[in-house]
Amino acid sequence: MATRATNVRGWFDDRFHLDDLKALAKKKTVPLHRYSYWYFLGGMTLFLFGVQVMTGALLLLYYRPGADEAFESVQFIMTQVQFGWLIRSVHSWSANLLVFMAFAHLFSVLFLRSYRKPRELTWMSGVLLLILMLGFGFSGYLLPWNTLSYFATKVGTEIPAQIPVIGRPVLLFLRGGEDITGSTLTRMFGLHVAILPAIATLLIVLHVGLIQWFGMSVPPGVEAAWAKNPGERREIRFFPNFVLRELMAWYVALGLLGTLAALFPWTLGVKADPFAPAPAGIKPEWYFLFMFQTLKLIPAKIFGMDGEMLGILAFGVVGAVALLLPFLDREKPFHTRRWITGLACVFLGYMAAMTVYGWVAK
Amino acid sequence: MVVSGATAATPEPRDVPRRRFVNILLGTGLLASAASFLYPILKYLVPPKLPDLGGDAVLAAKVSELKPNTGKTFRFGSRPGLLVQTAPGEYHAMSATCTHLGCTVQYRPDLREIWCACHNGLYDLNGRNISGPPPRPLEAFDVQVRGDEIFVRRKQEA
Repeated sequence: MATRATNVRGWFDDRFHLDDLKALAKKKTVPLHRYSYWYFLGGMTLFLFGVQVMTGALLLLYYRPGADEAFESVQFIMTQVQFGWLIRSVHSWSANLLVFMAFAHLFSVLFLRSYRKPRELTWMSGVLLLILMLGFGFSGYLLPWNTLSYFATKVGTEIPAQIPVIGRPVLLFLRGGEDITGSTLTRMFGLHVAILPAIATLLIVLHVGLIQWFGMSVPPGVEAAWAKNPGERREIRFFPNFVLRELMAWYVALGLLGTLAALFPWTLGVKADPFAPAPAGIKPEWYFLFMFQTLKLIPAKIFGMDGEMLGILAFGVVGAVALLLPFLDREKPFHTRRWITGLACVFLGYMAAMTVYGWVAK
Repeated sequence: MVVSGATAATPEPRDVPRRRFVNILLGTGLLASAASFLYPILKYLVPPKLPDLGGDAVLAAKVSELKPNTGKTFRFGSRPGLLVQTAPGEYHAMSATCTHLGCTVQYRPDLREIWCACHNGLYDLNGRNISGPPPRPLEAFDVQVRGDEIFVRRKQEA
């Protein structure tokens, strides 16, 4: 038996030079300092994405897109299929935690300034991935075809329609027509299970590949201290030390997901009825709430311009700044760094405050 | 550069049983939790039985639409059923799924028997397999005529 295992190993070794890989794994290290815990967030986001792929594939076994069938098929999953409620609840909980983790990862990278040279493309692929995750959230929200998701999608697709010139074509493209109908559902379904996953897979491969290429970033403060006093430099091996810790974190996360899904299972609501009036308290998912609340508060006219349009443009600017952040960060003058940190703090505070406000507001 | 944690000091020989014990404890714990994660997934993969029609009667045909010596295929739950009128007012109903390889059978007015076109199987009007490859009889159903409507249901036990 042992010889056979050696033979199989030898066969692969002959062709793929596994020893090189092993040497590479041995060489890879993770810096150890007081901010090391933030290194786990990216891996945790990746893990939750994996959970989404797994549970999503399971849901596909029973889900049927279509205005006449979607709600019923989710109902079937929730009530007839064994543990269907669990799989769906884990999918929903994991989706929400994934968006939260992605935001936390973004801000940790931002405050530790890990986006700086040479990691500009790593940062940009990460920002694009976050936008994709929001797209996953938006497209997946409609799939159960309940009242809440129906109206949230109606409002959500109305927002880009405010953009001059391209707004209307975007709306028609997103809805597959003038209104939210079965065609919209088909589109969102296709986006959610085929187009977005394909793009996300490519971007994740790029993102993780770039991280392997450059190694882990050490925060500037820590780096300066280590340069002054090289004896303080601490590192752990990526394999197995860091991997085992990461796996432990994933294991805890899986347990937490199961607990949340079992104690607070996701509800299904009422089937969407295009001719029923919108129920009170229509709100998007919490991660869109800060934008939703802003657009709600913005006056109809600002300096003679359409307020809503200005709000949307402002969020567009924020997105563009976030994407291009590494290029705005200059070594000299030194203030730009303080500016970036300050602005990020203000924006984070704004997001948190608006989310809470949107949550409690009627 | 200090690489810590990778190689702890070699344990003393008397520590080995303790380490083994901890490893076994950890391993069984991990295995048990892995099983608890896998069990719901495996159960989920088993498609639930569709709500069966049980004792409920199904409207198979109208009296007016079925001529004597003809048959009609109707929906019985998710499967086809076959209703045959031999003489006026004399009805036979049975499952229309051939017990051989699952083709849908039909009534042959010329033979006055139930015939499966796939492999030339023959059943009599009570669903008994009389010739050809079918291994078992077709499940016979109860027929009830209420006014102009003919209802079919599973035969009630006892």
